[in-house]
Amino acid sequence: MQFLSRLWAMIVKEALQLRRDRLTFGMMFGIPIMQLVLFGFAINADPKALPAAMLSSDHTAITRSLISAIVNTGYFQVIREAASEREADELLQRGEVQFVITVPGGFTRKLIRREQAQIAVEADATDPATTGPAIAAVAQAVTQTLARELSGSLAQYRPGPSPVDVVLHRRYNPESITRYNIVPGLLGIILTMTMVMMTALAVTREYERGTMENLLAMPVRPIEVMAGKIAPYIIIGAVQVAVVLAAARLLFDVPFAGSIALFGIATLLFITVNLAIGFTFSTIARNQLQAMQMSFFFLMPSILLSGFAFPFRGMPGWAQVIGEILPATHFLRIVRGLMLKAAELNQVAGELAVLALMLILVSTVAVARYRVTLD
Amino acid sequence: MIADPAIDVKGLVKVYGTRTVVDHVDLTIATGRVCGFLGPNGSGKTTTLRMICGLLTPDGGTGRCLGHDIIAERDAVKRQAGYMTQRFGLYEDLTIRENLDFVGRLYRLNNLRGRVDQSLERLGLATRQHQLTGSLSGGWKQRLALAACVLHEPKLLLLDEPTAGVDPKARRAFWDEIHALAAQGITVLVSTHYMDEAERCHEIAYIAYGKLMARGTTEEVIRQSGLFAMVATGAGADRLAPMLRDAPGITAAAAFGATLHVCSPDREALMRAIDPLRRDGLQWDEAAPTLEDVFIHLMGQAQDNAMAA
Repeated sequence: MQFLSRLWAMIVKEALQLRRDRLTFGMMFGIPIMQLVLFGFAINADPKALPAAMLSSDHTAITRSLISAIVNTGYFQVIREAASEREADELLQRGEVQFVITVPGGFTRKLIRREQAQIAVEADATDPATTGPAIAAVAQAVTQTLARELSGSLAQYRPGPSPVDVVLHRRYNPESITRYNIVPGLLGIILTMTMVMMTALAVTREYERGTMENLLAMPVRPIEVMAGKIAPYIIIGAVQVAVVLAAARLLFDVPFAGSIALFGIATLLFITVNLAIGFTFSTIARNQLQAMQMSFFFLMPSILLSGFAFPFRGMPGWAQVIGEILPATHFLRIVRGLMLKAAELNQVAGELAVLALMLILVSTVAVARYRVTLD
Repeated sequence: MIADPAIDVKGLVKVYGTRTVVDHVDLTIATGRVCGFLGPNGSGKTTTLRMICGLLTPDGGTGRCLGHDIIAERDAVKRQAGYMTQRFGLYEDLTIRENLDFVGRLYRLNNLRGRVDQSLERLGLATRQHQLTGSLSGGWKQRLALAACVLHEPKLLLLDEPTAGVDPKARRAFWDEIHALAAQGITVLVSTHYMDEAERCHEIAYIAYGKLMARGTTEEVIRQSGLFAMVATGAGADRLAPMLRDAPGITAAAAFGATLHVCSPDREALMRAIDPLRRDGLQWDEAAPTLEDVFIHLMGQAQDNAMAA
C-alpha cells in the first residue's frame, strides 16, 4: 500500500509535468509520424519509373512487343529513343537516364535461328540498390514476352532455356514493397529513440533543476521513483505504436497478419526495456546534455545493426554479435514475424524471452545505481 | 546534558577527495529550540545539514536525529523531519497545489485535500493555487517551500539558507512563521548569513572551515569570544577604518554610518592601536562587541588553524 501510494504520487507528478511540456509532448507524436512519412514516402529501396533510353536497331513485331513488355514492368520510363550508341552513352553519362536498353540489329533473326540473342541493359550503377530490381525485371519481361509471342505456328522458333533467365523468388512480400519491411523496423527505432531519451532526461532534469535533493529528502524509494517515472511513458509509447500502426495502415496499406495480443505483449516488454535503459543512463549522466548524448550513442547501433538499416544476415559476425545485444534487434524480428508472416507464439517465444531477460538485467542495474543519497 | 534532544550528533566527518569539508562536528539541539547555523560560504553548513537528514552518508561520526540513527534509520528520519533545500526544490512546471499534492502523497498523508487547503489558506495562496509555481516571486517560493516542508507535520525542520535573496518584509514573514512553528514544539536548525536572523534564534552554532567554532545563545557566544570593542564618534570617524584594519592585534575595524567600530581580543593592543587617533572632536567609548565582530574573529581564528594544520 505504501508502495502504491508513493508510486501514484510519482506518476501523477510525471504526467502533469509531461502535459505542461508542450514541445516535448508534441515531438513524441510528431517524430513517429514524420519518420513514417519520410521512410514510407521519401525513402524507397525499390524505385520505379526510372528514366531510360531505348536504342533499337531491329524493328520487328517481336522487338516492339519486347520493348513494350519491358516498359510495362513499371521500372522504366522510356524518355528518349536514342539514334546512336554515342547519343545513348552521353545520356547515361550526363545522368539524364539511368538505363539504356539496347536491342542490337538482327536480334529477331538470331532468335529465329535459335542463336544466342541478346538484349543489353546498361545501367547507371552509382546506386546499386536502385538498379538491382530493375535489371531483374528486364530478364523476366524478356522471357515472358518470348514465350507469349513465339506461340502457335511460331512455337518451333521458341528458344530453349532463356539465355537471360533470372529466377527471382520473393516470399512474404512478393511485390518487394520496402514499406512492409520498414514499418515494423520503424516501430522499433521510434520507440528506442523516444523512450530511452525521455526517461534519461526525466531523471537528469531533476538533478539539473535542483529538485532531486528535495525528492531524496522525502521518504520515497528508488523503485518507486523509477517505476513512477517510467509508467507515464509506457502509455505514451503505446499511443505512439497505435499511431504508427494506424498511419501504416491508412497511408501504405501495410498488412497485419498475426496476433494483436502477442504484438501487445512484445511491444510492452520492449517499451519497458527501453525505459529501463534510459533510467540507467540517467543514473550515469550528470546533466541533460550528457543524457541526450548517451541516448544517441545507443540509438546509432540500434538503427544500423538491428536489421533495420541493413539485412541482419548480411552483416559481418562481430556486427551481428552487437546486434544481438540490442533490444531493437529482437523486437524487429518479433514484429516482422507477427505483421508479415503471422507468426505463432512458439515462433516468437525465444525472442520474447530475450527481451524479458534484458528487462530484468537492466532494471537491476538501474535500481542498484540509483542513489538514495547525494554521495 | 540535554534530555531527549532533537539532534544529537558526534564527530561528524565528511571528506571530498583530499578536502575535509566537515571536521568532527558535535551538535546537540534540544527539542523545541530554534538554532541558527552560521558560518562563511563553503564552511560545511549544507553538508552538515545533509548528513543530519540522511541525504549524505558521513565518513565518520555517529548521531541520532529525533531518536533515530542518522545512517541506519535514514528512512525514519526522512519521514519525521522536513528539509528545505537551499535551491528551490519544488517543481516550477507544476502548479502550487500540484506541488503540495505531490509532497503530501509521498508522505502518504490522510485527508490530503483538507491539509493542502489548510496549508494554502495559511500561506495566503489559496486564490493562486492553480498558478504555475515558476511564476512566483522569490519570497513566495521560499514560503511555499516551507509550507511543503511542514505539510507532513515534522518534528524537526532543517532549513538551508531559506531567506537568501529575499526582501526584508518577506524575511520577516518567514521568521514569524518559524517562530510560530517553534511555539508548536518543532525544533528548527536554520542556516543563514544574516546577523539579524541569528539574533532571532534561541541559540546559534558557528562553523568555519568544517570546524564548529562557537555554540550557545547570542550573549554566550559574544561573552565567550573574549573580544573588546571601542566605538568612535565624531567628525571623520568613519574614515579611520583603513588605518586601523591592519594594525597589530586588531580583528576588525568597520564604519557603521558615521561611527567607527573597532575590536580586538587583546585589550592592550586595542588601546595601543587607537591611541594615535585620540584627538579633539573624536570621542572613543568602550562598547559591547557585536555578533558580527565575533564571527569575523572566529573566521580569522579558523583560518589560522587551517593554515597551521
